[in-house]
This record gives sequence, C-alpha cells and structure tokens, in this order.
Amino acid sequence: MNSLVKAVVYGAASLALYALLFFYADETVELARRTREGEKIWFLVPIVIAFVFSLAHGAFTSSFWDAIGFRPAGKKRRK
Amino acid sequence: MEAVSFIQIETASALQLFLVGLIGGMVSGFIGSGGAFVLTPAMMTMDVPGIVAVASNICHKFPKALVGALKRHEYGQVDWKLGLVMGAFAEFGMFAGKQVMTGIKRAYGDVGTSLYVSVVFVIVLGIVGGFVLRDAWRLYRSERAGEDVHTHRVTRIARWVQSVHIPGTMMHFSSLGASVSVLFIAPLGFATGMLAATIAVGGFIGVPAMIYLLGAPALMASATELVIAFVMGLGGTVLYALDGVVDIRLAMIILAGSLFGIQIGAIGTTYVKDHAVKLVMGLIMVIVLFSRFFYIPGYLSQMGRIGPLDADLLARLKWLGDGTLALALAVGGLAILWALVRGMAEHRQQHEELAAVDGVED
Repeated sequence: MNSLVKAVVYGAASLALYALLFFYADETVELARRTREGEKIWFLVPIVIAFVFSLAHGAFTSSFWDAIGFRPAGKKRRK
Repeated sequence: MEAVSFIQIETASALQLFLVGLIGGMVSGFIGSGGAFVLTPAMMTMDVPGIVAVASNICHKFPKALVGALKRHEYGQVDWKLGLVMGAFAEFGMFAGKQVMTGIKRAYGDVGTSLYVSVVFVIVLGIVGGFVLRDAWRLYRSERAGEDVHTHRVTRIARWVQSVHIPGTMMHFSSLGASVSVLFIAPLGFATGMLAATIAVGGFIGVPAMIYLLGAPALMASATELVIAFVMGLGGTVLYALDGVVDIRLAMIILAGSLFGIQIGAIGTTYVKDHAVKLVMGLIMVIVLFSRFFYIPGYLSQMGRIGPLDADLLARLKWLGDGTLALALAVGGLAILWALVRGMAEHRQQHEELAAVDGVED
C-alpha cells in the first residue's frame, strides 16, 4: 500500500472516529459524571478512546507527512 | 468529590486547542517533552477547572508519547529498557510530588501551590536550562572550528557513574553502551516524576539527566523520554479517570493537533545535529523561566508576604507572564522549523555532492 492510499484509508478511519466522538460527546460527559458518582468501571472509556484514537490518528498523520514527501533523513534504519 | 463541570466546546476554542496541540506536539517530538506547560494554562483560560485541565492534558500526553516513541524507534533512537526502568521510578516520584502539592495546598491554599510551582520552575529551569545552553554553545563552536562533533562525548560525571559497580544492581543499557547501577537510575526517575507532578514537564529533568549524568546521546535521551512520559502519563490518566475528571473531548482535540506536530518534531531530529536539540531545549527552558518571574509578586502579595499590589499592576504582570509563555512555545516551534529547513538543505547539498563524486544520478 503506498503512502497516499495509506493516508486516505487511515485519514478516513480517523475522521470517522472524530465524527463518532462529536456525536457521542454528551455521552462521554455523562459517563465521567457517573464515574464520579461511584460507577468506577467507566474510567476505562477515556483510556480506551485515547488508545484507539492515537493509533488511528497517529497512523494517519505519519502517512500524511510521508505522502506529501516530508520524510526522515537517510533511508537506512537502525534496528 | 468536589463538584466538577465540563465546559461547552465552541468551534473557536476547538481550533485554538488544535493549534496549541500542534505546536506543543512539535516541541515534544523534537526535545522529548514540553508543550504541556502551555496547554494546561491555555485550557484554564477557557474556564476549564484546573483539575480537569491537568487530567485531560495527561490523557492526551500518554498516547501522544507512545506514538512519538514508536516513530523515533524507527530511527533507532529509543532505549526502551532505560525508558521503562526510569518510568517505573517516575511513577513513585509522581505520587510523592502529588503528596507534597496536597500538603502545601492544605497549609497555604491554592496560592501556596502556585508559588511553589513557580519557584520550582525558576530553580530547575535556571540551573538545567543554563547548563544545556552552555553545552549547546560549546558544541556549536567546536563544530564551527571543524572539530569532530559527531562522536558523542560522555561527561566526566557520567563516566564516573558508568564506572561504579554495585553488585546485584547493574543493568546494561544500549543507549549508554554501558552498565549502570539501578541505584543511580532510581533517584533520577523519581525526580523526573516529581517534577512532572509539579510542573507537568518531567522531561526538563529526565532528558538532561540521561545526557549529562548517565551519558546518553541527546537524540536518544529525548527519544527515551517519550517512553518515560508514556509510562507516567498512563499511570496519571488511570488515577484521574477513576476520579471522573478526564474530559476526553478536550484531550482528543489536543491530540488531533499534537500528533501532526510530534511527527514533524520526530522527523526533524533526523536532519539536525545534537547541538540543535540542546539549543532549542535550552531556549524554551530559559524563556519559560522568565515567564514565571512575572507571577511571583502577585502570589507573594496574596499570601500577605509583601504589601498589597494594585489590581491594574497585577493584571499587567499576569499578561506579561502569559505572553512570555506563549513566546516560549512560538520560539520553540520556529526554532525547530528553522533547524529542520537548514538541516534538510544541508542534507540535500551533501547528497548532491556525493552523487557528483560518484557520478551517479539520483
């Protein structure tokens, strides 16, 4: 998969996630309130969201810079 | 649990958070930390309660640090083992730092903690920032004099640390190319965590400590700091999320900008020399230091340690402090872009010269 296709695919995934967050924004506020009131299990929600968003959006931003030609110096990568 | 309210997010405030996140991310990707000290105050000026600002900031930090660490791992700059070991001790440091803050708050109130934070800022940044800038200047001069600056030089104190052998506590770290006793790593990790709990930027101790006291190259130290930030951030986020004070909407807007920025910073490190990372880090530290000076008279006056100050003067001092803080971020962002553009031009020139010598078309 070349970097442009990657950027489009991950970009769409990231956009979809942000759209979901926008539509369910009030629910996240409500879950935080319920956590404060003792339903501690909801603490996992922001943590899972943060992980999922960072993976999708991180992959997008990385392939985005790659697709527009902004790449690290040298092609050799140390292991 | 005290009453906590989450703010309404408007388009303008979302854009503002995105932009601050972008520049903050750039600084983090380049020097391994930073940016956070502007995000928390920026959120508070938008009427986000202090605890929600801190919690949401930490929540955006740990995934950002992870993405940055993975990126710089591709360039061979991350020492995961050193990062995880220091990160584990940093968790204890964070806990201790929070206890100290709670103690001061109980004794002197909110203004007491603000004064404490400012004094810590000035002392730590004064010492460490001055040291980093001096080192960057020396490196720069050696480079201009045509001396070999590509070989990483280990400081005398780091050589001593690496020479001490305490049986049963030794661990080998690839970034140092040597074994170091965990007994040296523990206080450094602890101090990094304690500073992170106090001023939100533990890297101001962690990165210079890895460079000057343990002997890690600057690029590897700043990359490894991202691992420490991830470990600390995850621990902090769990604690705050259990209290229900993480506003995930705020955290994810900042993350949207900062993930673009962190990639610029991380890619930037592959084009610049060690001295450029040190110069940018030192510059940001010293400007942030000056910004704190403007707040101290107000805190002292509120605590009754000096006579009451005119409200107009207080407002002007606060404006100067906020402005200087914004300047630190702007200077950091511009310095990174400048170093990046120069580094890319030099890289292209070298590449063309090599191609000419080899008679090979690229």
